[in-house]
Amino acid sequence: MSATLLPAGLIAGNRISAEDLLSPGIDVATKKRLADVALNAAKSKGATYTDVRIGRYLRQYLFTRENKVQNIVNSESYGIGVRVIANGTWGFASTNLMTPESIAECAREAVDMAKANAEIQLEPVVLAPQKGVGEKTWKTPIKKNAFEIPVKEKIDLLMEVNGAALKNGASFVTSNLFFVNEQKYFASTDGSYIDQDVHRMWPTFTVTAVNKQTGRFKSRDALSAPIGMGYDYLSDNPAEKIVIPNGPTTYRYAYNMIEDATAAALQAKEKLSAKSVPAGKYDMLLDPSNLGLTIHESVGHPLELDRVLGYEANLAGTSFATMEKLQSKNFQYGSKIVNLVADKIQPNTMGLVGYDDEGVPCKKWNLVKDGILVNFQATRDQVHLLGEKESQGCSFAESWDSVQFQRMPNVSLQPNPEKYSIHDMIRDTEKGIYILGRGSSSIDQQRYNFQFSGQLFYEIKDGKIAGMLDDVAYQSNTQEFWNSCSRICDKDDYRLFGTFFDGKGQPGQASAVSHGCPTTRFNGVNVINTGRKI
Amino acid sequence: MAILTQEEAKTIIDKVLRLSKADETKVELNGGRSGNIRFARNSVSTSGATNNLSLSVTVVISKRVGTSDINEFDDASLEKAVRRAEEMARLAPENPEYMPMPGPQTYSKPQAFVDTTASMKAPDRARLAGASIKSIMASQLSGAGFLEDSSSFNAIGNNKGLFGYHKNTGANFSLTIRTPDGTGSGYAAGDFNDVSKLDTGSLTDVAIQKARASQKAMALEPGKYTVILEPMAAGELINFMINAMDARTADEGRSFLGKKGGGTRLGEKLLDERVTIYSDPTDPQIPSSPFSSDGYPHEKVVWFEKGVVKNMSYSPFWAKQKGVKPLPQPSGFVMEGGTQSLAELIKGTEKGILVTRFWYTRWLDPQTLLYTGLTRDGTFFIDNGQIKHPVKNFRFNESPVIMLNNLEALGKPVRTRGNMVPPMRIRDFTFSSLSDAV
Repeated sequence: MSATLLPAGLIAGNRISAEDLLSPGIDVATKKRLADVALNAAKSKGATYTDVRIGRYLRQYLFTRENKVQNIVNSESYGIGVRVIANGTWGFASTNLMTPESIAECAREAVDMAKANAEIQLEPVVLAPQKGVGEKTWKTPIKKNAFEIPVKEKIDLLMEVNGAALKNGASFVTSNLFFVNEQKYFASTDGSYIDQDVHRMWPTFTVTAVNKQTGRFKSRDALSAPIGMGYDYLSDNPAEKIVIPNGPTTYRYAYNMIEDATAAALQAKEKLSAKSVPAGKYDMLLDPSNLGLTIHESVGHPLELDRVLGYEANLAGTSFATMEKLQSKNFQYGSKIVNLVADKIQPNTMGLVGYDDEGVPCKKWNLVKDGILVNFQATRDQVHLLGEKESQGCSFAESWDSVQFQRMPNVSLQPNPEKYSIHDMIRDTEKGIYILGRGSSSIDQQRYNFQFSGQLFYEIKDGKIAGMLDDVAYQSNTQEFWNSCSRICDKDDYRLFGTFFDGKGQPGQASAVSHGCPTTRFNGVNVINTGRKI
Repeated sequence: MAILTQEEAKTIIDKVLRLSKADETKVELNGGRSGNIRFARNSVSTSGATNNLSLSVTVVISKRVGTSDINEFDDASLEKAVRRAEEMARLAPENPEYMPMPGPQTYSKPQAFVDTTASMKAPDRARLAGASIKSIMASQLSGAGFLEDSSSFNAIGNNKGLFGYHKNTGANFSLTIRTPDGTGSGYAAGDFNDVSKLDTGSLTDVAIQKARASQKAMALEPGKYTVILEPMAAGELINFMINAMDARTADEGRSFLGKKGGGTRLGEKLLDERVTIYSDPTDPQIPSSPFSSDGYPHEKVVWFEKGVVKNMSYSPFWAKQKGVKPLPQPSGFVMEGGTQSLAELIKGTEKGILVTRFWYTRWLDPQTLLYTGLTRDGTFFIDNGQIKHPVKNFRFNESPVIMLNNLEALGKPVRTRGNMVPPMRIRDFTFSSLSDAV
């Protein structure tokens, strides 16, 4: 539904000490024994399929403003979720009482629920086959576990970030660090026992400049990406920076938070007197920190098979990208240079895992090839509707107490195979707007009409950056927009965008996903002026 | 099981308070259960049930705060939680904005718990969902819906003698019904503390009617239109405004309530004089918790009176800075209205657009509270007091502040998403583009 669902996962679980975040939890042999209790109990009660997820979700969130620490939250959420098919219908129950008796009771409750719901089930669940993979382990390949870094070091960093912003003219600054470690154990009646250790993080801030005389205020958010990396993302590496002359600095796989906060303060002040954009058609040069969200909303969500089929009709909606359009094999989603892939094995992304939450090994596949729609994203109980025999591995649950369902994999735009830099793109643009950062976003329930804003807007005139703009939002229609894609930068410009709290489903669940792309140009996009007076 | 009585909750809280050696200690006890069923394509899709009981201990040692949570309630576990919180407090940085905990408070007694809702089970949900599906199928339409019920309690106590207890139930149902050709879509939703007031049959009928009536919509040019906003649509925008009434942000000059040259708009007339909005935890239509998470009472508060900003919310810290009493953000609001029904409002409209609800509404500019979003699931053209035909959905770019200055008429308030909101007629509502979405 939405790329932001912050409160949902904020303090899920019990608050613990920072040291406890490093305690190992129960061993794999115990997890297997507990999982087998659930598998056996469900089978005895009449389940024809069962999967079990034992989850330990560790989170550390730090919040500061100016020279103050507002909050430090260390939390642990631990429990088990049991999903069954009985009488051809799904049932799900969960508990955080991890005794064999309680787990068996939970499995039986899931079967009872499936049987009660079978009364109003039209067609039995069809599950794509998945051969058991036996006992496996998988871990996010991080260099530095963020939980091993002392809290004081993190607070010192945020205080330095805030200090840099204030020193450079910010009126206010808030800064946050989010760290997550998901320790997930999956077992199913297919014969899979999979232990995974998943890490991700997000450093971010908001800098605000206020002019009390005019009563105006402007903000600039961090240009960082939530990312599937360890604490090593928070480092300075000139090779991982892209510096735009007369413009901003952006970051690839090493983020200098203090440097970005310094720039943000200066840019927030500059925004106070920036020229208000004249509405009209412009060529839009979208940095990955901005285009990532547009990919998420206009490609990621509409190509979710559950939406296409109507399973999300009551909340997020359905999709303009219908089954007929896929089957036609000639639906021009974008221009011929547009290649969009779903990829759950891409390094440094937040969607990177070994297996999804129904035990399917992860992979990469095309969604849009040479501009043509070629596939969707699906789970085991839906993939047969695509005529395929193997799930794409898109099942995910927010936590042990949430039922898994189809969630978006990393969806990314492929770079130009030929050399083409952002400098080349600016040089080749006559009348354009260069947008960086994630701003306001809104898209309709079938993903046709969207409107996005950003953090920084630069006017491009005759091949040069001509100054900062304000009050910019671009509106378009998904198919029209992607067909207006005229140039894509090369792999050296490719960076990741991410959303840490993407919301979907009823009850709502959050997931984290990355979107990679280089800076990309879209010609003749409609820009509106968002300035108002009250 | 997870709903403790006031006496049971107080016994546990007092026991934990006695274990603490800190300067200040607060204990919160929360518990409850919830169940849900979801359907789509006229068949059940997913369902779930959860039970929870947890205790949270917050201790303060020299302005350093530590919090620990547990789900076990034996003496050893309670003691462990307290010691862990104390340990965390000693390691925490000092909070320069720390405010001492409040002493004993007097709370109102909202009647928010209904036994019928608390006793809902999986077969009850399957029965209600099944009846809705049956009507949808009989109409040869396709439906997706969600039914959820919950019962919960929360109790709070501290070592200065404060104690509060509140219990609550809730049930909500929403559904979207679409025509087989994909050209029509209708929505209806309801939420109550008492599930017996949740008329899933009538809501299904409304969604069926809207789905059929919205088929084959015609395109109108985007622009400024007179609109009739159903309570669900109006409530969404007004809720954003009520949530943005923090005094500190306004004093800092970064809110729609800040003004040129400094200061705030408190006491100024900002909206049409017919706009009065208040919150009241004891309102029988939308009863809610009588206290905030830090123990300050929720009382009846008028936020706008005849268009004038009467109050802003104050955190304990900011209240101390400004020499006023802390005023927590409300958990629901009542906007006063008139006596006209939605049908009467439509009848009194020469030309306009009827909006069932908004979708994907997001801020654009916190300075002006400008929001963007789209109409959805039933948008109609009104001509000479009658609904003439469905129209294609619009994207809007509008501020609730501007909207409530362009007020023409208010109808009778109804409950929507925990608030009481009247349907309203607004002139010059800004639609900026068309959407093909149904």
